[in-house]
Amino acid sequence: MNATGTGARNAIEVRGLRKSFGRTRALDGLDLSVRAGEVHAFLGPNGAGKTTTIRVLLGLLRKDGGEARLLGGDPWRDATALHGRLAYVPGDVTLWPSLTGGEIIDLLGRLRGGLDAKRRQALIERFDLDPAKKARAYSKGNRQKVALVAALASDAELLILDEPTAGLDPLMEATFRECVNDERRGGRTILLSSHILSEAEALADRVTIIRDGRAVETGTLAEMRHLTRNLVDAELAAPADLADIPGVHDLDVRGTRVRCQVDHAALDDVLSRLTTAGVRSLTCRPPTLEELFLRHYSAERAGLGARS
Amino acid sequence: MTRAGRVSGGLAGPGLAGAGLAGAGLAGAGLAGAGLAGTGQLTRLALRRDRIALPASVYVIVAAVAGTAYTFKKLYPTAAGRAALAATGEGNPALRFLYGRLYGSSIGALTTWRYGIWAGIFAALVAIFVVVRHTRTDEEAGRLELVGSAVVGRDAPLVAALLTAITPILAVTVLLAVALPFTGLPATGSAMLALGIGACGLAFTGIAAVAAQLSATARAARGIALGALGVAFMLRGVGDAAGAGGPSWLSWLSPLAWIQFARPFAAERWWVLALPLAVFALGVAAAFRLADRRDLGAGLLPGRPGRPAASRLLSGPFGLAWRLQRGALAGWVAGYAVTFAASGAAAKGIGQLFGTSTALQREFTRLGGQAAIVNAYLAALMLLAGLVAAAYATSAVLRLRAEETDGRAETVLATRTGRVRWALSHIAVAVGGTAVLLAVAGVATGLGYGLRTGSAGTEVARMLGAAIAQLPASLALAAVAVLLFGLRPGAAVPGAWTAVGLAVAIELFGQVLQVSHWVLDISPFTHSARLPGGTLTAAPVLWLSLAALAFAVLGLSGLRRRDIG
Repeated sequence: MNATGTGARNAIEVRGLRKSFGRTRALDGLDLSVRAGEVHAFLGPNGAGKTTTIRVLLGLLRKDGGEARLLGGDPWRDATALHGRLAYVPGDVTLWPSLTGGEIIDLLGRLRGGLDAKRRQALIERFDLDPAKKARAYSKGNRQKVALVAALASDAELLILDEPTAGLDPLMEATFRECVNDERRGGRTILLSSHILSEAEALADRVTIIRDGRAVETGTLAEMRHLTRNLVDAELAAPADLADIPGVHDLDVRGTRVRCQVDHAALDDVLSRLTTAGVRSLTCRPPTLEELFLRHYSAERAGLGARS
Repeated sequence: MTRAGRVSGGLAGPGLAGAGLAGAGLAGAGLAGAGLAGTGQLTRLALRRDRIALPASVYVIVAAVAGTAYTFKKLYPTAAGRAALAATGEGNPALRFLYGRLYGSSIGALTTWRYGIWAGIFAALVAIFVVVRHTRTDEEAGRLELVGSAVVGRDAPLVAALLTAITPILAVTVLLAVALPFTGLPATGSAMLALGIGACGLAFTGIAAVAAQLSATARAARGIALGALGVAFMLRGVGDAAGAGGPSWLSWLSPLAWIQFARPFAAERWWVLALPLAVFALGVAAAFRLADRRDLGAGLLPGRPGRPAASRLLSGPFGLAWRLQRGALAGWVAGYAVTFAASGAAAKGIGQLFGTSTALQREFTRLGGQAAIVNAYLAALMLLAGLVAAAYATSAVLRLRAEETDGRAETVLATRTGRVRWALSHIAVAVGGTAVLLAVAGVATGLGYGLRTGSAGTEVARMLGAAIAQLPASLALAAVAVLLFGLRPGAAVPGAWTAVGLAVAIELFGQVLQVSHWVLDISPFTHSARLPGGTLTAAPVLWLSLAALAFAVLGLSGLRRRDIG
């Protein structure tokens, strides 16, 4: 398989990645490409293979097959050199209980090869973290903050964040989003693994949805929406029948109220039929990421029998 | 009374109710008062969680004491032999420091002397670990919150923890009182010794209960209680060693010494038992008062804030490994210094002690492999220093595995730190720490012995060399841990400890059981020089060092190839 070419410009380029643990197949031909400078959301429910992918990219796990390139290098062979250019926040942050948060932030910064003291201070204030507390006294959210501050205060060109907001309260989640937007403006590449779709929707330039160790959808949110149906909800002056238009799905007509899902190609026909009947009110919106996601998963689930 | 509202019901899980263990009945119907609802269930849960550890510790204590009584009977069948042993034991301040005072020379008195205080220490350790584990550890982990939100009385968790600690102590007391007469000891004295040991355990149950209320972390609570135990040991050690004219009254301040002051097998003084029971009662009462006054999760002693920024020392994997392991190493060094100074001091006059029993003399000469008894004794001490240092080194290496399974290794390995460098950081602490421990053992033994014989300079140099001669063997065992960690990480912890246990078993029992040379040769200590007294040859040192190096290199190359986590 050819990983160079398009892969050369990409921060992360994964093709057909496979990894098994005993008889469990964690990754089954996964594809993932993260372009330099973008925020890429890596979506999937627990157990889909997000963390395994990240651990292969970090050189912690050895791949069974496929291609993986990270910042132009081999994540297994060049691990130590590549790690100087990235910062990683694990999904389940465990810290050394006898060290303080401030000590851990400095330690991780030094292990990565540098920390911006000013940014460190600013981030500690922004995340409202007490750096003099021993790690054993931190809550899960505070442990997460320690790892985030350490990663964001580093000079790394690539940030790999594995479910970074699990455990953060809504206020800190907002702070985290601000920080990610700042980093994007600063030109950093971010791989953001998550199962919180609103977070991905708010932050990500591009999205990869994975299921059972395989990427099932990838692209910008706009692209992904383009391939799917719009949701139309209209209140009309007189009843209208849309059932004969190809591309209209899940039609629900109750008197003058019409609700349905419409393929992009059929939108013109539907709208002209509605205006003919006279429109009192109309909403037409693309599906949310959550709707996309759920549709994908329920479709997959429905097709499960056929697959195996 | 608002608490009364929470009474009734309890955590009536069918699974727990079915898991009835001995002692749980204590917490039954009689305690169903206000604030105590659910005590029975909580106690059963705690006993179930400790169902392996508690019977095992009970067995160890009972077997040690009863076994000692049996051994003394076999080794010292004559009154004259026992009187000679008792005279040596009484005349040697270092032995008094280690074992306490002697009252009489009956087998019972000798058993009390040799194992009374030490059984008390074990009982105290059980009490401390059980009480803290079921109070502060649960609270810190948030499990108590979960339990407290169910229908459980406010005082129930503490009562349950106390009952869980009392159960094994009671078992030790009853079993000893029953078992000791079977070895031929008088029933009254047996009961007294059993009660003395049990009461000592109770005293430390009370102390641990207070400690668990004082600090907000389990670690600090254990530290306070273990510190109290250490102080108790030193007070009575100094007091017992002092002799007439010295501050021998210091012993009376120590719950450990009350066991000997109750004089089992020597005109028992039952009133002494009131002292540990009073400590228990006061401690428990204080713990309940403290528990009632504070919030869940809080402690009376404020948690100390740490440094808000890292010092320059904490800047790489080696700085981190040192920081993580230095506390444990300091503890080991302190333990080594005290133990080996006292054991070294006991060397003077050891000839008389072992001259009291021909069987023992033969045994000891064999153990050391040398004719001169003092040298044999010192060499046996150095072998012990090497074996225990191997255990330290193994635990220090296995820290790598703990870092890996807890997910902290991943955090370090995702930085510029490579796997081998990360592993070497902890291995370096293990190697350096083992060398330091052996050096401390040598110097302390040399000082202890040399100061009493007036030749400190020569003895320190001689013993330092003898101790360091064990280093290759100790490190060879640590290298087994590195090998397993790299190649079979899942088996690293049990495998490495099995190797250590095997070496200990071979060294202590191998020759007695007359096993084949092939088996003896498995232990690296079979190949290290028996010093002082023996001769040091280069070949085994070289071979052991090469084997250790090869194991470590194999382990590290395995680590480079395997998955982490």
